[in-house]
Amino acid sequence: MIDSFFNLDVMARVLPAIISGMWVTIGLSILVITSGTVFGLALATLRALQYKVVNLFIVFFVDAFRAIPALVILMVVFFALPYVDVQLSGFVTAWLCLSLVLAAFCEEIFWTSILSVDKGQWEAARSTGFSFLRSLRYVVLPQAMRLALPPLTNRAIAIGKSTALASVVAVPEILNQASSAQAQAANASPLTLAAIAYLAIFLPLVVMSRWVESRFAWRQ
Amino acid sequence: MQLTRSPPPILEIEGLRKTFGDTEVLRGIDLEVGREELIFIIGPSGSGKSTLLRCCNRLEDATDGSIRFDGTDISAPSVDINELRQQMGMVFQSFNLYPHLTALGNVTLALHRAVGQTKDESEERGRAALGRVGLSEKEDAYPNELSGGQQQRVAIARALALEPRILLMDEPTSALDPELVGGVLKVIRELEESGMTMLIVSHEMQFAREAADRVIFLDQGEVLESGAPDQIFSSPKHERTRAFLKRILAQP
Repeated sequence: MIDSFFNLDVMARVLPAIISGMWVTIGLSILVITSGTVFGLALATLRALQYKVVNLFIVFFVDAFRAIPALVILMVVFFALPYVDVQLSGFVTAWLCLSLVLAAFCEEIFWTSILSVDKGQWEAARSTGFSFLRSLRYVVLPQAMRLALPPLTNRAIAIGKSTALASVVAVPEILNQASSAQAQAANASPLTLAAIAYLAIFLPLVVMSRWVESRFAWRQ
Repeated sequence: MQLTRSPPPILEIEGLRKTFGDTEVLRGIDLEVGREELIFIIGPSGSGKSTLLRCCNRLEDATDGSIRFDGTDISAPSVDINELRQQMGMVFQSFNLYPHLTALGNVTLALHRAVGQTKDESEERGRAALGRVGLSEKEDAYPNELSGGQQQRVAIARALALEPRILLMDEPTSALDPELVGGVLKVIRELEESGMTMLIVSHEMQFAREAADRVIFLDQGEVLESGAPDQIFSSPKHERTRAFLKRILAQP
């Protein structure tokens, strides 16, 4: 048992591969979280402008990407697009797909947060000569952010973890490295090491998210 | 008592109509506001008082009729509504202060981010505005650290900082505890003395009697009566005005 899950020999041998996988996981997570959040915020802003047709598309996109499993989206894009002569690398595919999934969730989080800011705040801002977008930027979003932050950090951590899905499209991130090492060594220890690697990356984030939440709480 | 002090009026409302769905809230309002005039708008709830104010700075768009501010039709396509709104300060019943900003931050935000003043310029003017409402020492306080009366005075300062030419006040004292009303009324009184034009929806009858140049009674979306406070309060012409005043004045 210990030999097949905590084989230090095997662990030492695959450690460099796992560490290189950690960099890929970290890099991909940062890219996905950045572009997904920005795109989600852009969609929520667009939705706030209340163009009926545009909003129909936004709602459809958001609902679809929240309903379809990320793994399915990833595989469809990776294996189907080559038939229309679009060849994306596994890394770009994972970045694109996970960003869209995160954007869908973020849009919904931003949107409900924006809605929950009192209408009087908009009116006060507009009455002092702020345009719609500046009212959003300087008055509504700073308040909406406080509400959005806890669910946003949860979502960001969740999507960071799901970069593990990129292993199926041959992105050499932690899980991909670990499972090929496991196959080669005929031993499960690389997977244990992978779990430790995820813990090392995401546990500090989980702890930090708690700090961020309290830091942004209302000043009493 | 002059009805209009110096022609032409700063605000001219003509045939203003506003409908929400099937409900006609304003049914043809005609009203001229003279420069430096202090007008009180009274009337039962649902009579369209707030809507009238909100049409003046286009928080609501009129369904029909025209509103001219200093000679300019406010719904003309060439009008920069954001610039216009800065000249028409608005004060809300529920203050609507920005909870994430200090008193000074509330007062300077539009100066800095909408007008485009530097931070220093905006803070200088913001402090002056807070001084006018007697809250200089509270500039670092957040709204939830202030009493209702203080919050409303910050809200007045926020409007004043933009150096408006008219103030639209929507029930500025209705959300306040009775003992806090006086501080806000004192500020309004000082603004009047400094020559500010004000259109106030309020049921502070005693204050209206002392301070207003004119009182307007709005009922069912129409101006039923308009005149000097003494005349409206002492000898109202309309039965509905009499009934309303009787109801209001009977309250403690």
